[in-house]
Amino acid sequence: MSCDGKVDCSRRRLLVTTAAIGGVGGVMVATPFVKSMLPSERAKAAGAPVEVDVSKLGPGEMMTVEWRGKPVWIVNRTQDMLASLPKADSLVSDPNSEKPMQPAYCQNETRSIKPNLFVAVGICTHLGCSPTQKFIAGADSGVTPDWLGGFLCPCHGSTFDLAGRVYKNKPAPDNLEVPPHTYLSDTMLRIGEDTKGA
Amino acid sequence: MQAGAGKGDRMKKMKKLLLTLLFVPAIAFGSDTELHLDHAPDKSGDQAALQNGAKLFVNYCLSCHSASYMRYSRLQDIGLSEAQIKDNLLFTADKVGEPMRIAMQRDDAKAWFGTAPPDLTIIARARASEFGSGPDWLYTYLRSFYRDESRPTGWNNTIFENVGMPHVLWELQGIQAKDANGKLVLATPGKLTPEQYDEAVADLVAFLTYMGEPVSEYRKHLGVMVIVFLAVLLVFAYALKRAYWKDIH
Amino acid sequence: MGNVNSPEKYKSDGSAAGGLLEWVDARFPLVSLWKEHLSEYYAPKNFNFWYFFGSLALFVLVIQIVTGIFLVMHFKPDAALNASGVPTAFASVEYIMRDVPWGWLIRYMHSTGASAFFIVVYLHMFRGLLYGSYRRPRELIWIFGLLIFLCLMGEAFFGYLLPWGQMSFWGAQVIVNLFSAIPFVGPDLSLWLRGDYVVGDATLNRFFSFHVIAMPLVLLGLVAAHIIALHEVGSNNPDGVEIKKYKDEKGIPLDGIPFHPYYTVKDIVGVVVFLIVFAAIVFFKPEGGGYFLEYNNFIPADPLKTPPHIAPVWYFTPFYSILRAVTSDFIPFLWLFLGGVGLLSVRPSKLPILVKLGYLGFVGAMFVLLGVPSVVAGWFGIKLSAFIFVGLEAKFWGVVSMGASVLVIGALPWLDQSPVKSIRYRGVLYKSALAIFVVCFFILGYLGVQPPNPARTVVSQVCTILYFSFFLLLPWYSRIDKCKPEPERVTG
Repeated sequence: MSCDGKVDCSRRRLLVTTAAIGGVGGVMVATPFVKSMLPSERAKAAGAPVEVDVSKLGPGEMMTVEWRGKPVWIVNRTQDMLASLPKADSLVSDPNSEKPMQPAYCQNETRSIKPNLFVAVGICTHLGCSPTQKFIAGADSGVTPDWLGGFLCPCHGSTFDLAGRVYKNKPAPDNLEVPPHTYLSDTMLRIGEDTKGA
Repeated sequence: MQAGAGKGDRMKKMKKLLLTLLFVPAIAFGSDTELHLDHAPDKSGDQAALQNGAKLFVNYCLSCHSASYMRYSRLQDIGLSEAQIKDNLLFTADKVGEPMRIAMQRDDAKAWFGTAPPDLTIIARARASEFGSGPDWLYTYLRSFYRDESRPTGWNNTIFENVGMPHVLWELQGIQAKDANGKLVLATPGKLTPEQYDEAVADLVAFLTYMGEPVSEYRKHLGVMVIVFLAVLLVFAYALKRAYWKDIH
Repeated sequence: MGNVNSPEKYKSDGSAAGGLLEWVDARFPLVSLWKEHLSEYYAPKNFNFWYFFGSLALFVLVIQIVTGIFLVMHFKPDAALNASGVPTAFASVEYIMRDVPWGWLIRYMHSTGASAFFIVVYLHMFRGLLYGSYRRPRELIWIFGLLIFLCLMGEAFFGYLLPWGQMSFWGAQVIVNLFSAIPFVGPDLSLWLRGDYVVGDATLNRFFSFHVIAMPLVLLGLVAAHIIALHEVGSNNPDGVEIKKYKDEKGIPLDGIPFHPYYTVKDIVGVVVFLIVFAAIVFFKPEGGGYFLEYNNFIPADPLKTPPHIAPVWYFTPFYSILRAVTSDFIPFLWLFLGGVGLLSVRPSKLPILVKLGYLGFVGAMFVLLGVPSVVAGWFGIKLSAFIFVGLEAKFWGVVSMGASVLVIGALPWLDQSPVKSIRYRGVLYKSALAIFVVCFFILGYLGVQPPNPARTVVSQVCTILYFSFFLLLPWYSRIDKCKPEPERVTG
């Protein structure tokens, strides 16, 4: 501690030490207040994982469930739908899902655990609208004739393929979010919980 | 540091105050209806007792009384795993994070019992009085039911006169009756001996006490740390004050 | 304020911080405020234990505001029953206690802080009685302080309804009904305050608004005014002598020391000691034996079930006792007492002769009209109805007495005729009177929590007379009291 004859050195040291201890106390007091703004037990219970029975979901069908206040889509993709995915590789901006919009166990071509069952949060990564489904390939309102099938967001025109990957040059920056999920059995899906050991 | 005169006068004032205060209790104390309460054993650290109490609560109380501020998952505090809670205690909800609500509607309850059975989450805090703590009241109450044919339920209670609650634990305690002197005697024995029943009630009351404020043990533990920290800070703050004030005589 | 080129403006010492300070100080009187109120505010050097409570009161105010802000994030002022049949407001408090991370700590700090606020403020006011801090030229500080005290009582009253427990509900019900005792406007006033025929959701929501926004803003304004008024004339001290009387060649009082750093560093010690006591209560006894968190308030409000004892929270009980002490039997004694005050205090005073005659005439008339009929009727075994004079029930006079017991505190600067300020130099009369006052205050407080009975009522009536005597007979006994000569300089 550099102090000269003009300043009382021991007093200066004591001041700094006391201020430091007081500062530590201040941080300790502030912590509960800051933490009190984190999700409460009620919010966490409401945001608890949701179990979904997918046994009745036919090929080409989509169902929507709510998890943490958000819509989550489950699409039972047909073979044709899955075949269209490689064709879109050159058209989407993040074909290999390098950005962390999905759990590690879904960083693959189909962005899913089971190839046919696609689970994604139904919220456009641009500004939060919910895209509409446009599964049928070909021309339609809002999409060009070479449309391969996927989702179209009505708000600003962003498009996503059947694995939720965002097309190039669209307002949305990222692929659709894939939430943590796991299969309790072949037909029982649990959204909000990671697959163990994946 | 003080002027001598000031200190002497202060002492006189103190003495006068103390003298007068001595006479106050005699005049000011009156009498209210007395309640004699037994002392509930302190089982706050006994996880086995608390778990037994949880079991008794869920089996006997939760059919009529909600505990709507208490989430099932909180029972992990007393050493139960989520799986154990789900398998043994999760009667009135689907998910373990949900609170202990009941299906009975309040209006139905009022019609059936005369008054809706109160929520029990914080009953241990609400029942405190000048006669004893909340746990003391509950411990005595649950052991003071007696047979009374004049009541709609057939039961009455020396601690809570004309209570609308029947003696749900009668199979365990047996049936008490009030003798000519107003004292309770065991007319028909139950599945448990009186000592065993007292222990079971103590466990249940310990659980109700815990449920009233689940954070209480942690609170006290943290309190020790906080006060130790403040004591250390006080030493430094006082030394700092002295360091500055040595300039002033 | 000085302009940019005036010599008082701060000039940078060359560092970055200095440059920033110079820029700010040219646009905002930061440095001059700092000097005027901290580094060059000269306070007497002999402040003792009693002088901690002002800064402590400010500290508790900060605690209440900060904890209050965080509580309001989760509290719901709604009296409607939720899905479990529990009032939403009550359930939201238990939500804070269990589901909000650290909510229990924030809640206990707020409830303990409320009681701590009153303990600190009562001790702060008592310092004023000890050392004559209300004497000229500090009357306005005292009046601002009284207004703060009134607002604090209002703030606590509004806040206490919010948890919506049995005590919250019934306490509010009783106090709002008191207003209905005011003649002519009473019942309508109560209806307007409540927003309904009984205390209900409308009342809860508006009390929430008062407690969270209206009163805190008023309190902050009054506290600022209180401190500004203090700094204008300078602080008093335990010897009651004016330190500005003797200054050095620079104009600095000889017995004065700069508030910063001496009293800032000393007040920090006071704060830490306070926090130790505060933490002991928050962490080990937050219910305060049923006085800080009342047991009955752990039961949700039930408009159909009145609890056996309704008592206000402990810090209101002395004044509540005075309210209850005023029964129809007691009123003649009240007016007799006021007559005595007239003879001893009013007559020899310097008040205009018309005021004196008016006072004595009024008291005499009241005594005859109110007192004599009921006493005489009582001798014949006739109990005169509570309506004694033009529909003014004893309940009304109780409310008046309770209000007067608080407002009379504000009259102290004009009641005290002693040539000296501090108790250190006063005579035995004042010291005895103060001791009796303190004892009565405690007795009244204790009686206020108890259910009434005839013996307790008599005691509270005696204490009420003694309470008012301290103030209203002060002009008399402070004048005849044998004082010691005040020193010229502070003694420490």
